[in-house]
Amino acid sequence: MSDQPSVSPKVSCKGVDVFYGDQQVIHNVSMDIADRAVTAFIGPSGCGKSTFLRCINRMNDTIEGARVEGLVEIDGENVNAQGIDPVTIRSRVGMVFQKPNPFPKSIYDNVAYGPRIHGLVRDQMDLDEIVERSLVRAGLWDEVSDRLDSPGTSLSSGQQQRLCIARAIAVGPEIILMDEPCSALDPIATARIEALIDDLRQRFCIVVITHSMQQAARVSQTTAFFHDGRLIEHGETEMIFTNPADTRTQDYITGRFG
Amino acid sequence: MSDHIVSAFSGELEGLSADLLRMGGLTEAMITDACSAVTTSNRPLAKTVVEQDKTVDALEADIEKRITRLLALRQPLASDLRTVLAAFKVSSDLERIGDLSKNIARRTLDLDPAESIESLKGVPRMGRAVSLQLQAVLDAYSRNDAEQAKRVWAADDDIDQHYNSLFRETLTYMMEDPRTISAGAHLMFIAKNLERIGDHCTNIAEVIFYQVTGEYMPADERPKTPLIGA
Repeated sequence: MSDQPSVSPKVSCKGVDVFYGDQQVIHNVSMDIADRAVTAFIGPSGCGKSTFLRCINRMNDTIEGARVEGLVEIDGENVNAQGIDPVTIRSRVGMVFQKPNPFPKSIYDNVAYGPRIHGLVRDQMDLDEIVERSLVRAGLWDEVSDRLDSPGTSLSSGQQQRLCIARAIAVGPEIILMDEPCSALDPIATARIEALIDDLRQRFCIVVITHSMQQAARVSQTTAFFHDGRLIEHGETEMIFTNPADTRTQDYITGRFG
Repeated sequence: MSDHIVSAFSGELEGLSADLLRMGGLTEAMITDACSAVTTSNRPLAKTVVEQDKTVDALEADIEKRITRLLALRQPLASDLRTVLAAFKVSSDLERIGDLSKNIARRTLDLDPAESIESLKGVPRMGRAVSLQLQAVLDAYSRNDAEQAKRVWAADDDIDQHYNSLFRETLTYMMEDPRTISAGAHLMFIAKNLERIGDHCTNIAEVIFYQVTGEYMPADERPKTPLIGA
């Protein structure tokens, strides 16, 4: 059964438009995203779900010619307000990508990197503790505790993805954005990540983009369907997958258009 | 609704509903034949009904297998999911209707024509009413008509009243003339079986309503006559 989303949203978006140059790619999207819950973004390729996801941690700033209008708030704070440092935002919002991208460093250093550069630790003991805790939370500790000095790239791709999740949570974010985190993984590795996502939602606000309807149904409590840069439908996952309100949602999830 | 990108999937769903309607047509005829056999002591007809039940059982088994396969291989969602779940439930209701009709037909073989009872004449009438309910609900199924399903659902009360009056009438004959007791007992079971078939029709109506609207039929709105001996 789906859990009730908490009362005050972690992320609140109002009338968000995104432009790439002259082209508008996101049209007037308003949405609240609950804390300590998993929200899935679904929709055909090019529908704008990744672009919209990137509004939350200001990743669109890094794209030449991209412009975001409207309001994006985390805990009521406008992330695009003057004087807000995008680096601070990104430390509150962790991100995990489709392809596992560990640094060419040891397993230990992959996880230690963030806490070090953000100055989150006083001494080595502190750092050891964060690295261990993050790896434990990412469900990887038991598999790597005896070889923390091995390169991160020596792990299997499923393990690498969990390493990236450990790296993301090491800096103590509040929100974790995952852009197709399992699309390069086999079913067993996928199941481990999904179990991990379910576990992590006790502490974090999580948004997952996925092309697998089954995955969205399995991991999320809330689902948002995007099409042509618009938010078509947003509601309880259970309702979206048994009785969606909009025929476009219906057609998409039942495989009637692509 | 437009077709699936994988057209084989649409084909499988259509095949499922076509076979359900075939199963429905068979059971509809079984009800009428069973009632006719029992009131006219037509033993060959009764035997045909008993034989037909095997076909209905085989159809149900086949539909069940295909649904299992569909769930595993297509992983249907939203309206497709509801369609598949509905087919699963409708096929099991139709299978039960087949069993109940067979049970009615079998009593033809047990009833001694010499020990007839006057109220047996009410059987074809109640059988017709029940068979019309089934016809109407299958019609709603083939047309995805939630409103029609709701009408069938509401009309089950008529069947219940039929049952009560047939029950009372039979009881009166049995009290007046003990020689009718054996036939009367059979008749009470026949009436009960018909009443149960009516209930399966309302089950099917509820399933259709869910399949079409995604919502459950409100349980407390239906007029209900208390059944005698229930």
